[in-house]
Amino acid sequence: MAKNVVMPQMGYDMDAGTLLRWLKSPGDTLERGEPMAEIEPDKVNIEIEAFDSGVLAKTLIEEGETVPVGEVIAIIGEPGEEIDDVPAPANGAEQAEAAEQPAEPPAEAPAQQAVQERETEPAPAPEPERETPQPATAEAPSGDRVRASPLVRRLAREHSIDLSQITGSGPHGRIVKRDIQPYIDGEIEIPIAAPEEPVEAPAEEERVVREAPAPVARPAAERGEVEVQELSRMRQTIARRMQQSFRDAPHIFITMSIDMGKAMELRKQINAEIAADDPESEVTVNDLIIKAAAVALRQFPVLNSYYVDDKRELHDNIDVNFAVAIEDGLISPFIPDADRKTLGEIARASKDLARRAREGGLRPEEYAGGTFTISNLGMFGVDNFTAVINPPQVAILAVGAAKMRPVWNAETEDFEPRFMMEVTLAADHRATDGAEAARYLQHLKAMLENPMRMLAG
Amino acid sequence: MASTLADLKSLEEDMLAQIDENGIREITYRQALQEALTEEMTANENVILMGEDIGAYGGSYVVTRGFQEEWGRERVIDTPISELGMTGVATGAAIAGIRPVLEIMTINFSLLAMDQIVNHAAKISYMFGGHFNAPVVIRTAAGWGQLGATHSQTFEAWYAHVPGLRVVMPSTPLDAKGFLKSAIRGDDPVLFIEHSLIYRNRGPVPTEEYTLPLEGSEVRREGTDVTLISWSRGAILAQGAAEELQEEHGISCEVIDMRVLRPLDTDTVVESVKKTNRAVIVEESWRTLGLGAEIAARIQEDAFDYLDAPVGRVGSLEVPMPYARNLERLVIPGKDEVIQAVLQALA
Repeated sequence: MAKNVVMPQMGYDMDAGTLLRWLKSPGDTLERGEPMAEIEPDKVNIEIEAFDSGVLAKTLIEEGETVPVGEVIAIIGEPGEEIDDVPAPANGAEQAEAAEQPAEPPAEAPAQQAVQERETEPAPAPEPERETPQPATAEAPSGDRVRASPLVRRLAREHSIDLSQITGSGPHGRIVKRDIQPYIDGEIEIPIAAPEEPVEAPAEEERVVREAPAPVARPAAERGEVEVQELSRMRQTIARRMQQSFRDAPHIFITMSIDMGKAMELRKQINAEIAADDPESEVTVNDLIIKAAAVALRQFPVLNSYYVDDKRELHDNIDVNFAVAIEDGLISPFIPDADRKTLGEIARASKDLARRAREGGLRPEEYAGGTFTISNLGMFGVDNFTAVINPPQVAILAVGAAKMRPVWNAETEDFEPRFMMEVTLAADHRATDGAEAARYLQHLKAMLENPMRMLAG
Repeated sequence: MASTLADLKSLEEDMLAQIDENGIREITYRQALQEALTEEMTANENVILMGEDIGAYGGSYVVTRGFQEEWGRERVIDTPISELGMTGVATGAAIAGIRPVLEIMTINFSLLAMDQIVNHAAKISYMFGGHFNAPVVIRTAAGWGQLGATHSQTFEAWYAHVPGLRVVMPSTPLDAKGFLKSAIRGDDPVLFIEHSLIYRNRGPVPTEEYTLPLEGSEVRREGTDVTLISWSRGAILAQGAAEELQEEHGISCEVIDMRVLRPLDTDTVVESVKKTNRAVIVEESWRTLGLGAEIAARIQEDAFDYLDAPVGRVGSLEVPMPYARNLERLVIPGKDEVIQAVLQALA
């Protein structure tokens, strides 16, 4: 008798999952416990295993599709059993969105429209999962696919290492300590090598986008050698999230120039006091901006919120992410309660997080979270730029370089040199609007131009 | 009258004992037991010895040679060949206030006394709400050596399984003497398991009187790559294997001697495994349901996230012991088996 396989809940805050690929095809026999699909609730992948033996009768969703937790994604039947209709979803009430097409026998056409109506965000950011263990490793719960010793699994959790990318040299191909040690020692980058089989997921994803896009136009006559690069897993994740964000959140960009003269002076004073003895506590310009941005957010809870399911989720805590460039990508760890931390604390935390980000030693709970992001390209001399919001956050602050510029002084009726920095706030127009964003920037400007206020506030 | 062979043995052992300037001398395991018994019999007139052939014959392992001459037939009692009967008598005597040290010639024969050991000695204190206790010490010996199927077994696991008993299996003269004295003085029934092949092993023992509490395991050799765990003769075998593993394979083994089998102290073991990430247990008993299984279970409970390989167990082959020497050698684990198990753990 047919049994439903549903999108499982694999994280405390997970409410939707993306099917990366089917590991079995319709018609294949299944052994209970055998992995049958790879799903992605977050930046890492998990296999779900067949909870029962039988034949994989039908798959109901395509690779690359995202569906809510609880939605039926496949059916296991008896060998030879006929299954005509899509069975009613386990939690039918939740999936009552009108399907534009009637559900067809799913082997041919997945019911993609039905699931597309819902929030398809696989809930990455609010994923601290303080209760459930971190699935930082790509192993099925039974560990069937990836053989690794318990010691190795613990180390992989602690260092956020993806075990599916490591070859085991132990018995039966088991990953043992000596296999993972080079990654921990930092001799090798976190394994983000291309998967062995060509990943079809990105191509599939194009198809399930609401408006079927036209295929990318290729030049009629291509010249020269072409090297086709598979995307690393991290790159894929970044690509997916950035596309979703830019597609789903209507971005508005507001730019403000900020006079950093007094802020730099304050920084010099602080560092003269504390950084001589303690280089870890040296306060950078970015640290100042983090603090100022965080304190300013107290008056603007909407900009510190999440936009989820047509609702705004406000937070008491102000946790500021800052982007760190790492090889072939970037990652944004966050500083919890940045508004309440001293500049010294922020300085130490940001140094430690940035260092470990580059070494591949961040734990998921250190980057899977945060309520507001700051991205700084000032070190490249960039004047200003626009950033993409980190979903489900509502805003992101793009910071340029501080440069001496002539600024009009109304009193002296002359231009004078001032140390100006341009920041551009990108905000999700579904959650907020230009005026609020602009008022926030005024606040931020006031704080940085009179930095004592951020210490007092 | 003691046999000529026994005389020579003892003489040889006396010659080997020399006292150094720290008051430590090397004596044999057997001598350590003799000293313990002598000291306790001297200190407390309620201490008596019982067993088959321990008096006139001096003991089948020559432990009690000369004792009947010294202490008389009321305190050194030759019992009939009836393990059940003599264990019952010893237990009853203990309840009545005597401190009997009963010798059951080999642990194989303890099977005949199981009911008295497990149902009586172990449970008296509990079943009488503490109003009575049975502080009987049962000395017995594991061992083998072309003795055949019914005389070559080792049942420490069976007794270590029983709440109410203390079970010790010391591997060194130092531990043997200290444990035996504590066992006699303590108020619990104690199963004191010796090993026929280590009576002549020598080790340092102070001349000054001392006792050792009946608890705790010891690290006999420090190492970093794998933890070897054993007791009694197995502990000596493990240390020998560790030497060879270091010299021939460059593998550094930490060796732990369990010493006391009930209560079983696995804290030291767990700490060691957290350091080395690998464990191999060596026992002379059959692997299935031996003490190794219990220790392995506790290691995976308490050090699960530190294990880089499954816990290995080396034990006797699961057959009744053959008589032929070459077959016997195949059954009992030797250095090679231990080395193989270690290499497997490091694979």
